Amino acid sequence: MEKSTVLLEMTGISKVFPGVRALQNVDFRLRAGEIHALMGENGAGKSTLIKVLTGVYGRDAGTMSLEGEQITVKSPQEAQSAGISTVYQEVNLCPNLSVAENIYIGREPMKFGRIDWREINKRAKDALARLELDIDVTKVLNTYSVAVQQMVAIARAVDIKAKVLVLDEPTSSLDENEVEKLFEIMKKLKSNGIGIIFVTHFLDQVYQICDRITVLKNGELIGEYEISQLPRYELVSRMLGKEVDEFAALENSKVFNKQGKKPFIEAKNVGRRGTINCFNLSLVEGEVLGLTGLLGSGRTEMARLFFGADKIDSGELVIDGNRVHLNSPIDAINNEIAFCPEDRKQEGVIGDLSVRENIILALQTKRGIADRLTRKEQEKIADDYIRLLNIKVSSPEQLLKNLSGGNQQKVILARWLVTRPRLLILDEPTRGIDVGTKTEIQKLVLGLAGEGLAVMFISSELDETVRCCNHVAVLRDRNMIGELYGENANQTTIMQTIAGGAKQ
Amino acid sequence: MNLESVIGITKKRLFWPLFTFGIILLFDFLAIPGFFSIQFRDGNFFGRPVDILNRGSVYAILAVGMTLVIATGGIDISVGSVLAISGAIVATMLGSGFEAKIPMLLCILAAVGVCTIIGCWNGLLVSKIGVQPVVATLILMVAGRGIAQLITGGNIPTTQYQPFTYVAGFIPGIPLPTSVFIAAVVVISALLVTKKTALGMFIEAMGINSKASRFSGIKVSRLIFMTYAFAGLCAGIAGLIACSQIKAADANNAGLLIEMDAILAVAIGGTSLAGGRFSIGASVIGALILQTLTTTLYALGVSPLALNVVKALVVIAICLIQAEEFRKKIAEMVYRERSVKNAKA
Repeated sequence: MEKSTVLLEMTGISKVFPGVRALQNVDFRLRAGEIHALMGENGAGKSTLIKVLTGVYGRDAGTMSLEGEQITVKSPQEAQSAGISTVYQEVNLCPNLSVAENIYIGREPMKFGRIDWREINKRAKDALARLELDIDVTKVLNTYSVAVQQMVAIARAVDIKAKVLVLDEPTSSLDENEVEKLFEIMKKLKSNGIGIIFVTHFLDQVYQICDRITVLKNGELIGEYEISQLPRYELVSRMLGKEVDEFAALENSKVFNKQGKKPFIEAKNVGRRGTINCFNLSLVEGEVLGLTGLLGSGRTEMARLFFGADKIDSGELVIDGNRVHLNSPIDAINNEIAFCPEDRKQEGVIGDLSVRENIILALQTKRGIADRLTRKEQEKIADDYIRLLNIKVSSPEQLLKNLSGGNQQKVILARWLVTRPRLLILDEPTRGIDVGTKTEIQKLVLGLAGEGLAVMFISSELDETVRCCNHVAVLRDRNMIGELYGENANQTTIMQTIAGGAKQ
Repeated sequence: MNLESVIGITKKRLFWPLFTFGIILLFDFLAIPGFFSIQFRDGNFFGRPVDILNRGSVYAILAVGMTLVIATGGIDISVGSVLAISGAIVATMLGSGFEAKIPMLLCILAAVGVCTIIGCWNGLLVSKIGVQPVVATLILMVAGRGIAQLITGGNIPTTQYQPFTYVAGFIPGIPLPTSVFIAAVVVISALLVTKKTALGMFIEAMGINSKASRFSGIKVSRLIFMTYAFAGLCAGIAGLIACSQIKAADANNAGLLIEMDAILAVAIGGTSLAGGRFSIGASVIGALILQTLTTTLYALGVSPLALNVVKALVVIAICLIQAEEFRKKIAEMVYRERSVKNAKA
């Protein structure tokens, strides 16, 4: 297969949503046998372009052609039969069906007018074997980890004789080994002449596997580049449209001195059976505490105890010298603690409420049900914070579900800042968010800490933890195994601490 | 007025229920002479419109309670039985004579109080114990009629006590039936409480995403509990009116399947049965639509046997008009036909 054969061509694509120009005259070209990264900040139009391609949205202008023939794609089914398969960020399979059923749903092999189960299971097993995954395909999908589910989704997408495979942030829930495996599969598919569109926020991965990059910004095409001609720094500055100051502003965090300050909140022998073993921890105002450890080490579980999301069953929490009982989130809110949960969609976003309502919600619960904020007060607060956090909305009355992920996260952050908390717990606040917004959020957090806010910061990205935190608590296997301060809290010592105990 | 502002109006929450109601009323105006005629006799208003308001009050009160329950993502199918219990209590306590055995106010408070407690029971099952709403309220839907039977001793107690007949009738000197005022008080106080406090927003937030609502500090299980208690209260009040209408309490047939009408009223009002955004006003219009429909069909002389079939057909039509998908399809078809014609020409 010739490398330069244009497989898919999208020309002059435009798409308008009420109040938002999501795509404006965008061109996109995918060649057979290439892996093509689609990059851009949140709200740049990546998802919209993908959705236009796969028929989820209709387009307002522009043409699409596949292998030189004009196509109109009106539904995901049509896209599929045209040879465009998609794997979305959130696994969208049926969790209550078996793995095999999920792979063949809608196109089951038949025998004597009935579904040929043996054939389905056999083929499913083969399809997964090609991805070097050996699992029981008759088991319900739900019983497997998200990573395996993701692989099943890919197996399904590949099995549908695809010419174009779209991978929309497939790696955000995979660990390193799984990512490696996925990349091998991608390379294999590539050598078979399939064109792959790869959407991701991880720059490393882009440079590891992609051949070309198309950069979008604010719904417009910035350009298409050969990977070798676009160094990392250039890519970031194209995406952000400005010179990046390489987080220089963030480095001030290290000079923080805890000595001589009275702790604002203390956990004394706090624990909860089955989720996190007893630990001692204290925070002073203005301190940024990082919770770090491998996935499943108990970071989130620890943070939830500080918010009353789970009840502690041993030890005590002390705020300003007084013991407090946090039985539910509202108790924590009344003690001026705020919590941005990891699972934004499930635990943060109230999609069918407006941005305004989402922003004032926690303040309203803090004030109580009877003391309603007037519409005018609500509007003022919403306007202020939309401006402060630079949230991209067409109006405060826009429904939250219609915002991009990064902007949703900002709204949730706004919800908590409005309550003027003394302790802000951020659980993976920058996951699935583009570089620009990430830096914005990090800067904001540090700025607030400078004004006296205590922050508890959980991140899987070590460099982010190191950059933001002046105090790091290291966890492993549901135990807190160490604390590091200031200059000592660097990547090497953290990793040593995480690994260190394992040798014993 | 340009096209865009017209489209804007159709997006308003009350538009489609009002539109439907308007069409039915227009039909009545054109097809049934004298449908809207009102007489003034003995200081009272009479006529079909008054009748619709009077009978519709029961639906409207139930629909208010049901709206809040549905908005939390739940459902209460016990309200028909609870309504029967309310009637059974009040009729039994009043006694069959022309004088009340027990002061009427006490009887009414007892009936409404017991119904509220029943609502609390439903709320407890759903919010604290985590029983699915349909199952939790199914218990009392079935058992409630048994309880009503026990209260009445298996009889159908009647009441002749004059002041109690005022509940669904006329208080001397007041031109409109009392039930209309009762319904108005229930509707207006529910509107005030949900709009003037944060309750409305909290309920909507819970119905959309209860986990995120809890994380934002909403006392989710307490509010769910309260909505069921309120639905019980509404059923108790509606039970008084239903009992007063026939001056008797029939444990087996009072409010039979009326929970479905209440749910339907909410659905016609455009509140999603999945929970979330709700409108009490729209549900009340839904309730009036249902009652107007029944009155219209009787006025047209549709036999009571065929009534439910005809009603069902009309309800299907109403639901289709209100479904956005369906309207889009129709609009597409019209558009295509027109462009075909244009192409031919």
